[in-house]
Amino acid sequence: MKTEAGLHFDHVSIAKAGQVLVELNELIAPGEVLSVMGPSGSGKSTLLSSVIGTLDKAFCLTGQIRLDGRDITGLPPEQRHIGILFQDDLLFPHLSVGANLAFGLRRSHQKGADCVATINTALADVGLEGFADRDPATLSGGQKARVALMRMLLSQPSALLLDEPFSGLDTELRAQMRQLVYERAKAQKVPVLLVTHDIEDAEASGGRIVRIGQN
Amino acid sequence: MRQALKYLQINTAPLLRRGRVLYVLPTLTLLAMLGPVLAGLAGTLAPAFGYLPAVGATEFSLAPFQDLFDWRGFWPAVWLSVFVGIVSAVLSLSVVVMIVASLQGSAFFTFVHKMLSPLLAVPHAAAAFGIAFLIAPSGWASRLVSPWLTGWNRPPDLLIVQDPWGLSLIAGLVAKEIPFLLLMMIAAMGQVDFNRSITVARSLGYRREVAWLKVIFPRVYKQIRLPVYVVLAFSLSVVDVAMILGPNTPPTLSVQIVKWMGDPELTLRLRAAAAALVQFVLVLGVIGLWRIGEVMVAKAGLAWVQSGHRGRGFSIFRPFAFGFAVLSALAIFAGIAGLITWSFAGFWSFPEFWPDMFTLRNWMRHGTALADPIRETVLLASVATIVALILTIGCLEAEHRHGLRVSTRGVWLLYLPLLIPQTAFLPGLQTLMLNFGIHSGRVPVIAAHIVFVLPYVFLSLSDPFRAWDRRYGTVASALGASQDRVLWTVRMPMLLAPVLTAAAVGFSVSVGQYLPTLLIGGGRVQSLTTEAVALASGGDRRAIGVYGLAQTVAALVPFAIALLLPRLIWSNRKALRNED
Repeated sequence: MKTEAGLHFDHVSIAKAGQVLVELNELIAPGEVLSVMGPSGSGKSTLLSSVIGTLDKAFCLTGQIRLDGRDITGLPPEQRHIGILFQDDLLFPHLSVGANLAFGLRRSHQKGADCVATINTALADVGLEGFADRDPATLSGGQKARVALMRMLLSQPSALLLDEPFSGLDTELRAQMRQLVYERAKAQKVPVLLVTHDIEDAEASGGRIVRIGQN
Repeated sequence: MRQALKYLQINTAPLLRRGRVLYVLPTLTLLAMLGPVLAGLAGTLAPAFGYLPAVGATEFSLAPFQDLFDWRGFWPAVWLSVFVGIVSAVLSLSVVVMIVASLQGSAFFTFVHKMLSPLLAVPHAAAAFGIAFLIAPSGWASRLVSPWLTGWNRPPDLLIVQDPWGLSLIAGLVAKEIPFLLLMMIAAMGQVDFNRSITVARSLGYRREVAWLKVIFPRVYKQIRLPVYVVLAFSLSVVDVAMILGPNTPPTLSVQIVKWMGDPELTLRLRAAAAALVQFVLVLGVIGLWRIGEVMVAKAGLAWVQSGHRGRGFSIFRPFAFGFAVLSALAIFAGIAGLITWSFAGFWSFPEFWPDMFTLRNWMRHGTALADPIRETVLLASVATIVALILTIGCLEAEHRHGLRVSTRGVWLLYLPLLIPQTAFLPGLQTLMLNFGIHSGRVPVIAAHIVFVLPYVFLSLSDPFRAWDRRYGTVASALGASQDRVLWTVRMPMLLAPVLTAAAVGFSVSVGQYLPTLLIGGGRVQSLTTEAVALASGGDRRAIGVYGLAQTVAALVPFAIALLLPRLIWSNRKALRNED
């Protein structure tokens, strides 16, 4: 059997105290963006935590989440190879911009000097040349968002999770960031799951839209 | 022995496997904190009922209690303890309520908030000495108004310090308890949406003080109930402050217990054990009484709230609150200034406000003798604090990873070592060690310090630790970091400032410990505090100044470090500098 590619929600259903909160049965192909829409309280964040691996024990998940054919349902977050972007940049405040990028860098094939080069290239890629030694707290909102994106991408994730990552940005930045994220995702051929309550965000992704939490 | 080891190996191996050690830490923490307390209470029981083989008493009887009740000072000592305990707690709580109700939100309140940490860190004994230096007949207060107002050219023959009613003792306790309760109150208010509630009440025509009392206080009190009980139990049973400021004939029950425990006549330990049990029951009884009082106040309060009185008469609140806040802070700060002055004083005649000359002679005279207690104090405090920090962080991390959360009832356990009077279980612990042939010394003293350091470290660190944004951990995990790596390279560095603050709190608590060091150390472990309190009866003010100041500095330095270190380490990290 050929291994399936992409992020597959195989009859996933999450319940709490016997009550089903979210159900999803979708395959997100590499390079595809699937938008999950729903009002607050519709179980969006529950769905996210089930993918990232931080689902509270109080929830009960049935079905399977597979990434490129590998069952990741029971894996701890650090073994899933799934990158996440939140609405806030969540750059580690105690590390420099460069060290933030280095934190996620998969260094199995790289030596120290290569690491530095990789980081500098990544920064230059998003117009932040020479920012490696900067304190993240001194960056603008848009700059922080770009660093957070690059930090995630350098960890070479097999899938991306986006938790309303654009809602904190103003209109102009928003369009730029969107374009940047989707371009990268397509280029790296990774499936993207976007969770949002904003129809504009969902439509701009150009992919399928699934609505949850509506009776 | 080998079998025991084998048994241990078999059973600890799976526990100590990577990550599993966290499961054991909560249990270990409870054991470290409550084990000595329970053992000590148990150890009090046997001698209290006449069984103490070490002195040849092997028959259970009620004789020790009979002996205790026959002591002439028994009832006066009991009433004095209860009086001091209740009055101190009522006064401290009232002042704190007045301060918060009328000053919350003002610039002065922000200033007071900043003063709280140093005020809290000053050890009780040092604060008590300082206050004694202020209010004694030859103290600064009397010098300030002499001779121009009083006509005194010699210190008046008045019994102010160690007065028979325990009023100066109450003053000393209240001055130290106001900052404690205020800090607890402010922490509790963080969980109540007080600003909007107050605004709503004020828009309905209530003065802000009345609005606070009617709308906020009932919600906040629920959260500071345990700290209030701690204040009550502490005032009722404190030893070092009572030895310095309290009356002598008779002293409070706790002081008398310590005297009996230190008596060369060993049979007096039976009486001391009986008194320790009485002390325990006394604290329980008074807390029970307070609880009844709470219900009555709540009933009356509810009627008052529903009466709709807007409370026009509450304008006196503000000046009172202001006055008490200043007075209690001044009592401690001016007291420390008094310690400083006496430690450098040459000849100083009454009623001169300053000494004739300042000299280093006192410091040179005591300098060499200071070295050992300083070393001992720092050693005890460092080890106790590090152990407490490890246990606390372990518990909080276990809670974070495995949801091993201490229930609401667990918070009681945390307060238990602070609620049970030291004089109720430390004598029993000492007796128990005697029976089992455990030598008193440094290690048991450290274990005893941990009992009191742990709750404070835990209470100080738990809020910031739990408030840490978990998404940082999620992001780090998603980037491939293991949970241990997240803890050491993300969470701990980000929480450096609160961790250091908790360490400073723990350190200062250990520095201030008098009774555990004295009783469990068997007189052989000499810290700055035991040495300073030992000077109380001698009346050598210059020596007291030197030791009291050394004690204060030992407790304050860690706070300075906790404030400065994050600014140094994170000088280039704007988000982490510990700036208020």
